[in-house]
Amino acid sequence: MAGFMDYFRFSRRNNSAAVAKERLQIIVAHERGVRHGPDYLPMLQQELLAVVRKYVQVSDEHIKVTMDKDGEYEVLELNISLPESARNAQDGEP
Amino acid sequence: MTRIVVVTSGKGGVGKTTTSAAFGTGLALRGYRTVVIDFDVGLRNLDLVMGCERRVVYDLINVINKEGNLNQALIKDKRVENLFILPASQTRNKEALTLSGLEEVMESLRERFDYIICDSPAGIEHGAMMAMHFADEALIVTNPEVSSVRDSDRIIGMLASKTQRAERGDTPVKEHLLLTRYVPSRVTSGDMLSAEDVQEILAIPLIGVIPESPDVLRASNSGIPITLDESSHAGQAYHDVVARFLGEDRPLRFLNTHKKGFLSRFFGG
Repeated sequence: MAGFMDYFRFSRRNNSAAVAKERLQIIVAHERGVRHGPDYLPMLQQELLAVVRKYVQVSDEHIKVTMDKDGEYEVLELNISLPESARNAQDGEP
Repeated sequence: MTRIVVVTSGKGGVGKTTTSAAFGTGLALRGYRTVVIDFDVGLRNLDLVMGCERRVVYDLINVINKEGNLNQALIKDKRVENLFILPASQTRNKEALTLSGLEEVMESLRERFDYIICDSPAGIEHGAMMAMHFADEALIVTNPEVSSVRDSDRIIGMLASKTQRAERGDTPVKEHLLLTRYVPSRVTSGDMLSAEDVQEILAIPLIGVIPESPDVLRASNSGIPITLDESSHAGQAYHDVVARFLGEDRPLRFLNTHKKGFLSRFFGG
């Protein structure tokens, strides 16, 4: 049984094409989102990030600004995931 | 009705010039009056790949600047009837390639040719934008490799927003995905993105897959478009691409790894 599982682990490690496909799907989807959004979106993201950083240290990948079309409305979605340490610090406060 | 086809990719070294030469030659062999234009100002190479480098006198920029006329600049291929090459300038800077000047040249070419093939330079700068501007269709040359696929996606976005068709709101540029340097055995072993993978990521129709082949280097060494090498699998795959482009139904070939059977392996067949 162990040998059987090893075979799968081995073949997965060897399948770099699957890794490439997954990485490409993520980056391409992200870049298309930026491309179809308004020109100010990257700038907005940078400035929002700067404001958030005054209070909490977050890295670039923890903030996502996306523009979606929902019927007649355009929805600007802002998603900031706070790092674990920042949340703990907040919890610790009296 | 003349069709303008841009051969583009974003990334360099994926096979744009090889494809332009092979595709243009394939169309001309079928009797279509075809011209292949080199847009790589300063880094001219189509002439070398097509074997007419010693016959270049005037170039695209000369024609735009009216320093020479189109008849003087067009090089007639010595092997294939109906095939012409319009070389890029080797000395000028890229800005000499103006949109209005280019439009005038394109209009004159439309009167004389069925197909105008535009060999784009790499990158997303001026030359690449000029090459795609008047396109009706695009061959997006892509290698099964991450950076090439990502760059192709970028180019697909530009075809949809920066071309004349996009600016005028006409029907969009018709896009075709062409995979080159494909190694079926590496796809089978899981080391290379498959044609299906790339097609799924880029989401445009696949027009063909060209297998990696030593014949391609041999052909460019000698200045002979690979479609003139009947024995080469890569050449045959390009002929299939031309056929599909013209609306014929051709199954994909050369995608399977040559699995040797037990007996043939045993007898060394």
